Amino acid sequence: MDESMTTLILTLLPLYPLVSFLLLISLATRLSWTVAASISVGAMVLSALSSMLVINQLSVDTPIITSQLWTWFTLSPSEEINISFYLDALSAVMIGVVTGVGLLIHIFAAAYMKEDENFTRFMAYMNLFIVAMLLLVLADNLVLLYLGWEGVGLCSFLLIGFWYQEKANVLAARKAFIVTRVGDTAMAIGLFMLFKETGLLTIADINQSANISWNVGDTQPYWIALLLLGGAVGKSAQLPLQTWLPDAMAGPTPVSALIHAATMVTAGVYLIARMHGVFLLAPEVMGYVAWVGALTLLLAGGAALVQTDIKRVLAYSTMSQIGYMMLSLGAGAFSAGVFHLMTHAFFKALLFLTAGAIILALHHQQNLYKMGGLLKRLPFEASLFTIGLVCLMALPGSSGFFSKEAIIGQLWSSETAGPTLWWCAIAGALLTSIYSCRLFFLAFLGSSRFSVPLQSSSSKLLQLSLLVLAILSVFGGLLANLLDINLAPVFAKAAIIDTSTQPDWLHTVAIATPFIGIVYAWIYYANYRVSNHKTLVESHSVLTRFCQQGLGFDCLYHYLLVKPYCLLAKFNRRDIFDQLIMLNAWYVTLCHDIFVSSQHGKLRWYAAAIGLVTLLFLLILNIDGFGSEASL
Amino acid sequence: MSVIPLEHILILASILFVIGFVGVIVRKNTLYILMSLEVMLNAVGVAFIGAGSVWQQADGQVMFILILTLAAAEVAVGLALLLQMQTRFKSLDIDLLSKLKG
Repeated sequence: MDESMTTLILTLLPLYPLVSFLLLISLATRLSWTVAASISVGAMVLSALSSMLVINQLSVDTPIITSQLWTWFTLSPSEEINISFYLDALSAVMIGVVTGVGLLIHIFAAAYMKEDENFTRFMAYMNLFIVAMLLLVLADNLVLLYLGWEGVGLCSFLLIGFWYQEKANVLAARKAFIVTRVGDTAMAIGLFMLFKETGLLTIADINQSANISWNVGDTQPYWIALLLLGGAVGKSAQLPLQTWLPDAMAGPTPVSALIHAATMVTAGVYLIARMHGVFLLAPEVMGYVAWVGALTLLLAGGAALVQTDIKRVLAYSTMSQIGYMMLSLGAGAFSAGVFHLMTHAFFKALLFLTAGAIILALHHQQNLYKMGGLLKRLPFEASLFTIGLVCLMALPGSSGFFSKEAIIGQLWSSETAGPTLWWCAIAGALLTSIYSCRLFFLAFLGSSRFSVPLQSSSSKLLQLSLLVLAILSVFGGLLANLLDINLAPVFAKAAIIDTSTQPDWLHTVAIATPFIGIVYAWIYYANYRVSNHKTLVESHSVLTRFCQQGLGFDCLYHYLLVKPYCLLAKFNRRDIFDQLIMLNAWYVTLCHDIFVSSQHGKLRWYAAAIGLVTLLFLLILNIDGFGSEASL
Repeated sequence: MSVIPLEHILILASILFVIGFVGVIVRKNTLYILMSLEVMLNAVGVAFIGAGSVWQQADGQVMFILILTLAAAEVAVGLALLLQMQTRFKSLDIDLLSKLKG
């Protein structure tokens, strides 16, 4: 294939879902399920095929494919903001995940949402999300990236609140939108600062020239990296802006799978990996990244231990896995982080979609305490879910194992991470395996605790997408070497972490940890496993409730930020600045009133006014007359 | 015949005019208002006559005849309105005619 052909395919990549979105949103309710589903899924098929084609064209000789469309606007004589795409190994991984996993989730969603009356709107939003996400990962400059960044935020908002008739969904959508906006503001300021300091916004140029203009440890890259980290933290639901993700589970399950597990929430990881040139110049910020990741993975793992809603368990698990990615980026192990991003996209999408299938079979029952015994009743879903959990726990052989080991293996001797964070990662792995086992026991073992008959879904589409995802989850680990070789030139500037000096027992501990977790869960959660009774009593201790509500962050923010803000709003209800402007209106009204009252229709008063005014004129004329006489 | 100074005439005219004006303002009865208007017109007439005699010109007397005609016409119209008012409102209170307020 010649070069112009490749460029053309790359250019058209985000166009298919865009066309599909425009078709679906403009024709809306007039389309039947078959037409709407085939348009949206067909566009995704085209996108996935073209992304496979362009990824194939990447090689050692042509590590970068670019496609410049047009100039968006000019910022300074030297810096033009273009609408142009830039494909290297890193964005190749991302478009592979976005279009590949996106396609499978679209297929699943077409089957899952078949009965919904707003099916067309749903598929349109999903397509729009893919467009925005592709813009984000393919952007060659930070402004276009920011456009995609806000685009995915918008789609996330629209899809969380998709069932807008219920108030909780709308509140969750609003919360997600506002909380991520905090991060986005930080990121926007970071971009301004970057442009002010370097005059550049093209990503490749920034990464290249960063260490020419700055030294390691300068203040400018420190602040820029910190602000970019703020954006990443918001989007990727890391501490301290993580509160929106569990609530975002109010959206339909395919949305949780696509946006809040596989793709959008990893945008923060992508941003940091993309801007590694700046981050490498700020070792302190790299340390912060690692610590943010480590704390998030521990806290989210702890919160996942006590959740009763199956989707919330998965949401907290997503946060904790993204914590791993952040930890890896912070430690300087960029390609390991990106690798985990990919495998996580596979198995977390699988987990969410299977959970969706189970929820559908149980007539929208999401409470784990009302499941149980599903291994025998839903063997297909249960086995796929188990595959997903095995990958999540990183048992040897699964894709999660390869990626998580790649991360953990490099933490110990990394300059910005070190043994403490290594232990954090190990503790996180332990927590992961414990909550995975708890989830498994509660949902699949024990006796059935539900009374409704199962509504088994026989949709071939649904099962097909689940199967493909399961295969990807199992064998995704085989891509490790391929990814490593191709990502190495992208992250050429990152120092290679020398792991030869590590103690030998590290690997043994890392591999053994999940098994310890399983054994612990086997004993501790025995009553979930062998329960003979029809109902399980949930624990209501203070600690459980505290963990269930996201470790009190929601409460803290409510009292720290929301309450004072609402109070201020109430206090300033009539808007002081508005009042200043209303002073004009008040003055005009006053004049109006005065003149109206003078027009009272009373003849005698009119006559008196005429007389008085005449007298006044006479007096004035007289004074003038005296004045002119005096001057004469 | 001794000549009356112009100042005296003007003072008399002014006093008459002010009396008429005050009458227009303070009286509520439309008939009295018309009468006060006559007083004001006559005050002006006095001023004209006085000025005409001081400068030995006929113009002042011409003007007075003009004013007299005007006053006659005005009184004719005014009294007609007065009759209408009496039939409509059963009263001559001028303040009742305040429908044209803003």
